[in-house]
Amino acid sequence: MNFFTLHRGWADAAMIGAIVAFATVGDVMIASAMRSIGDLDDIRAHRGLIGAILAVLGSPRFLLGVSFMALSFFSLLFALSHADLSLVAPASASLTFVTNAIAAKFFLHENVDHRRWIAAVLVCAGVALMAM
Amino acid sequence: MTFRRWLVLGVVAVTAPFGDTLLSIGMTRVGPVSLHHLSTLIYALKTPQILFGIALLICFFSSYLASLSWADLTFVLPASSIGNVIVALLARFWKHEHISPTRWLGILLITAAVGFVARGPSYTEVPHPHESTELEPEVEPR
Repeated sequence: MNFFTLHRGWADAAMIGAIVAFATVGDVMIASAMRSIGDLDDIRAHRGLIGAILAVLGSPRFLLGVSFMALSFFSLLFALSHADLSLVAPASASLTFVTNAIAAKFFLHENVDHRRWIAAVLVCAGVALMAM
Repeated sequence: MTFRRWLVLGVVAVTAPFGDTLLSIGMTRVGPVSLHHLSTLIYALKTPQILFGIALLICFFSSYLASLSWADLTFVLPASSIGNVIVALLARFWKHEHISPTRWLGILLITAAVGFVARGPSYTEVPHPHESTELEPEVEPR
């Protein structure tokens, strides 16, 4: 018996926690990078598709965000090989909505009004219910 | 929000759940991955389902990046969650799968959430875009 079968609950929680943490940091870094780069439609209109791609790839913050998203992706692949999809996917997805709302308010200074808080909580609950 | 931008959000919504589902099917075929043999994850990239899943996730990511350049993260994420509802409705009416009352309630909550954010502003306007987009909080001048 290995760690994953002996401590199933803790292992699942740790794997889901890792996916959520990496995804939240990645999302916030990428959103911050895209906001500082500007409207991609405008950039593409002026500099073409290659110019838009270069503008995105030239942002160190974007590359750092992608690194965290890659960590989240491989954590998801790893978790899917040990735990059920019906647990890992909805649990990580629903928790990420709430952690992203909190992170967006404090780090991106987005106007997270009551409408968006309610939406984040409703999606979190909805995703969890759909997995039952 | 123009129709084209809603369409981009639609692509974000649909490609993510379909991509994840394909990855799940692929990883089930690959089997359990041990901590001591993490290189198996690289070999998993040769599985067709995982490759197709990754292709869908690339479509998702490019649309997601475009949407984040003209909308807030807290707008894009709930608005694109309608993809979960689309997948569930496809399962019900295309594959004739049973959907329990709990899942219908989940569908209702997500649809309500999308309605909530869709009626609000999509982007937080800031007075100094290049300064206030930094991750560090702004400091008031003395």
